Amino acid sequence: MACFTVPVAEAIVTTAITKIVKSKEKAGESSSKGEVMKVKLSEKLSWLNKMLLGGSALLAFEHVWHGEVIPAFPFLTAVTNGETSEMLHEMGTVGVTMSVLVTLVWVGMVAISSALEKRKTEDTVTMGGVRS
Amino acid sequence: MTLLVTVFAAVICSILWYKGAPKDEMRLSSLCFMLWGASIMWFVDAIFEYAELGAEFFNVAGADMLNDLYLGLSVIALALIIWIVTLFIKDPKGIVRATIMKKN
Repeated sequence: MACFTVPVAEAIVTTAITKIVKSKEKAGESSSKGEVMKVKLSEKLSWLNKMLLGGSALLAFEHVWHGEVIPAFPFLTAVTNGETSEMLHEMGTVGVTMSVLVTLVWVGMVAISSALEKRKTEDTVTMGGVRS
Repeated sequence: MTLLVTVFAAVICSILWYKGAPKDEMRLSSLCFMLWGASIMWFVDAIFEYAELGAEFFNVAGADMLNDLYLGLSVIALALIIWIVTLFIKDPKGIVRATIMKKN
């Protein structure tokens, strides 16, 4: 019905957070020079944004296909047909689960990425120790 | 069927990205994220549908399957259009910019 709106809402929030983090990273860029190469937090957040926005865009298309989204106000057939409570229930169950699962997958990706970065940092430190 | 088509597209896209990684000049990672995001969302949708219908979920009528396949392919087409438009706007290789400048 309108489950894709929940990931869209999350994507709007995470995009705003990404913009803030990016501007903060730009401000502190000069002080971090010389550190071991790491994937920036803004870059990691952009992975989540792309999954949420891209996924919900394709899902929105599916809803248009099935006639659940219409090009006229209120844009949702469920609202026009008086099925608002069912729609809200679906958003609260399916929509929230979609957002949670996408976020969990992203958390997993960030954890793997951080573990790899940590290992690389340790390797660099060890190699430096051997050389000296 | 839509979920299956999207998952296959996501896997193929991921393989193509892996072949060119870590360069990603064609910004295939964006397409991968988009397709995987949609796959996860449809997977959740499928779980809820399975919980509601049970084994009936797998008994799809031929016409419905064909419609879902058509939808799946249309979804992939839309994803490709979004990706190509983003690629041309971001223009990481500067090809679009160079072509326009050459013409002027």
